[in-house]
Amino acid sequence: MTDQDKILAEVTQSEYKYGFFSDIETDIIDIGLNEDVVRTIWEKKKEPDFMLEFRLDAFRKWQKMKMPDWAYLKVPPIDFQSISYYAAPKKKPQYESLDEVDPELLETFNKLGIPLEEQKHLAGVAVDAVIDSVSVKTTFKEVLAEQGIIFCSFSDALQEHPDLVRKYLGQSVPVADNFFAALNSAVFSDGSFCYIPEGVKCPMELSTYFRINSANTGQFERTLIVADNDSYVSYLEGCTAPMRDENQLHAAVVEIIALDRAEVKYSTVQNWYPGDKNGKGGIYNFVTKRGVCRGVSSKISWTQVETGSAITWKYPSCILLGDNSVGEFNSVAVTNNHQQADTGSKMIHIGKNTKSTIISKGISAGKSDNSYRGLVKVLPGATNSRNFSQCDSLLLNDTCGAHTFPYIEVGNKSSIVEHEATTSKIGEDQIFYCNQRGIDTEKAIGMIVNGYAKEVLNKLPMEFAVEAQKLLQISLEGSVG
Amino acid sequence: MSVLVEKADLSLKYTAHYNEVKESLREDSADVLNVPRNKAFQDFVMQGIPTRKNENYKYTNLQPQFYPEYRFIHRREPAKVDLNAVGRCDVPQLDTHLAYIFNGWYYENNKQVGQLPKGVILESLEKMAYEKPELLAKYGTLANTGDDPLVALNTAFAKDGYFLYVPKNTVVEKPIQLINFLQANQDAFVTQRNFIYVEEGVDVKIISCDHTLNLNKYLNNSVTEVFVGANANFEYYTLQNQHNQTTSLNSVFIHQERDSRATTLYSSLHGGLIRNNLKFILDGENAEANLYGMAFIDRKQHVDNFTQVIHAKPHCQSNQVYKNVLDDDSTGAFAGRIHVVRDAQKTNAFQRNNNLLLTDKATMQTKPQLIIDADDVKCSHGATVGQIDEEALFYLRSRGIEESKARLMMMNAFAHEVIQRISVEPLRDRIDELVDKRLKGEVARCHECAYNCEC
Repeated sequence: MTDQDKILAEVTQSEYKYGFFSDIETDIIDIGLNEDVVRTIWEKKKEPDFMLEFRLDAFRKWQKMKMPDWAYLKVPPIDFQSISYYAAPKKKPQYESLDEVDPELLETFNKLGIPLEEQKHLAGVAVDAVIDSVSVKTTFKEVLAEQGIIFCSFSDALQEHPDLVRKYLGQSVPVADNFFAALNSAVFSDGSFCYIPEGVKCPMELSTYFRINSANTGQFERTLIVADNDSYVSYLEGCTAPMRDENQLHAAVVEIIALDRAEVKYSTVQNWYPGDKNGKGGIYNFVTKRGVCRGVSSKISWTQVETGSAITWKYPSCILLGDNSVGEFNSVAVTNNHQQADTGSKMIHIGKNTKSTIISKGISAGKSDNSYRGLVKVLPGATNSRNFSQCDSLLLNDTCGAHTFPYIEVGNKSSIVEHEATTSKIGEDQIFYCNQRGIDTEKAIGMIVNGYAKEVLNKLPMEFAVEAQKLLQISLEGSVG
Repeated sequence: MSVLVEKADLSLKYTAHYNEVKESLREDSADVLNVPRNKAFQDFVMQGIPTRKNENYKYTNLQPQFYPEYRFIHRREPAKVDLNAVGRCDVPQLDTHLAYIFNGWYYENNKQVGQLPKGVILESLEKMAYEKPELLAKYGTLANTGDDPLVALNTAFAKDGYFLYVPKNTVVEKPIQLINFLQANQDAFVTQRNFIYVEEGVDVKIISCDHTLNLNKYLNNSVTEVFVGANANFEYYTLQNQHNQTTSLNSVFIHQERDSRATTLYSSLHGGLIRNNLKFILDGENAEANLYGMAFIDRKQHVDNFTQVIHAKPHCQSNQVYKNVLDDDSTGAFAGRIHVVRDAQKTNAFQRNNNLLLTDKATMQTKPQLIIDADDVKCSHGATVGQIDEEALFYLRSRGIEESKARLMMMNAFAHEVIQRISVEPLRDRIDELVDKRLKGEVARCHECAYNCEC
């Protein structure tokens, strides 16, 4: 083993640092899934009637669907009947200040490094923290309310703004869109709802943190963001999960709707438990994220840093319906040990003069498999559309794999679509160059990986970029850097 | 409902036909061809005629092509054509070993083959299966019937095609030209099975031309297996020039040993529906594979190039360049997969697919894929769909070249990148000329063809 190999081995073998299990009383319903369970969830959450219809419709369609097997993933069979579909912290007091919050919960947040108090003062970030499906804390609600912005948990939204939810729910991800979206639609427990009224530029970054806590509870989050005409919002989502041995299922749905000239920026840092070095445990992450640029000149941009989960199946997409609308996708996906990721983006150009960009950076280490899968589709009516896609893969050793599966479909002559992909390992000449300038190999690899991902990290909001860089280091660098 | 029934019926039609003729197929052919027949047929039944749900046929709908009532040609029939009248869709100034194939059957009176170097055999597959089964020991080993229903169907029905054997260290100076004619008195389903066995140190070039001689509907399902020995050079040029009612399904499998080089070039100038499956297996160190293709199509034509390059050993290299110019309502598809298996280090694999759409009704679908399981590799792919670069056009115009001429120049240059890879000079000039004429709109097909098929 050469020095470099040793360092790479060290780099790629660090343990998951965020694994712990906090003891909070939760209210769990029996395992299994049938119409009664769907009804129970609906009852427990005291939702309006249209939701029961919505959920049952989704459930019935889900029953007829099969789990997709087209991804470049080896997914062990999942028994959907052995999962409990609802878990909520038992006590749900309405807090006025942080002092009233269950101290154990605060402790959990502190371990995660969510600076709830700090952010309140310094960063100006409103945090809607979700622990095991039910939102327990919403901050800055009042500040936002002054501007007419609605930012609350999905349950609250259903109570307080049922008409708004009804108008937009399922508009970008229909109930039967795919297997996991249908499952989510049937049993989703909570999530976030965000509405930015006409002409409002959201004064702060909105953010939520998701955690999966109790064993054997699938987490089914639902996020709905609606940006009305001429509005702007930047939304952050980040997550870490405690170390558990059994595989946990996560099937979230995120829907974004951007109306005329609205802009939505959605950033994610995903760092769920990826399983141990031997591929045992870890989260199964099957997520449907889709944004519809419904208005003219609207813009949706997805930025993601994916470092966690044993299996990732995630394709944040943009449907560019309005003329002159813009879609963006920026991604860094890191896989290590036995992780598998099949992730990418879809850009559907329907409106005229629509533009999209896809930048995807994959980094594979250990025995992992990292795939990019994307679709760029230009419909005949989407004249003068433009797409540029770039997918780069970096391989850190000879046991991992990097794969690229782009699909490009162009239906008119005035559009231009370009796709390029490269696969390589860290250049020996690059490391040599650093060594030569007195930077040791450890640091050099850290620098090169970070530099490689920089293009995407730069797109993240400031507060997030710092965390994302840390995550990259934790995922890959271990003791390095 | 009715669609479902039709689909089922469609496969059933072919299964029923196989059951009808399987006894006579067996009796009439040598053991070598009979051995894989039954398994192949079972594989076909399992897979059925591919629908667009089959990932490999996502962009090519074959169902309507299998729908007409075709006549199957399971026996050698006398060729009724005066070859001189047909006119050799030939290449001026190119002396070749020329052989004809009619409806998938190797023509018996091939007089223009001429003197082949010692030991080289160019013959009918049917005949060789009886006479020299030892040379066909690897028959069916490359074309895996479990992976593709068309290959399965071909293997089940396989009777004849051409057979080429080139012994060790033989250089075949003149290219071997194979002209495939489709000519039947009614709509016909043609099965052609070819086998090429090239030993160590061989240098051979093949030019294959596909033509139709009348306006009946044809479905030609052909499979070619090629074994390229160590240090050999194998070149395979295909010119596809058939009328709009033709469905041409070609599957070519090439197995390469160390230090060998194999080059394929497909130029699709005309055809109804063309599907070219190509699978390269680089199974020896320092092997090189080159895959080139170009298509100029218009009206409702469809061309689908589907390639797979498997880098099974280290230090190999592969290049792919595919270019399409799509006019009118034509549709094009490209799917290319580079698979670098574990430990195939120091691999260089490149792939490029560029497409020009000339109208708003033409569509292009492309699916370049990389599957990489080794780290010390350089792999890249690129795909573009667009139109002629306006800036380059402006540059030409600013130098006093009129717009229509400038456009032609640009398109010519676009295609020339592929054409220039042809190592046989007269053939290169000929294709250049054809492309040039094609672009000027003078001919949409081989202009020397006696059958001026207006389609």
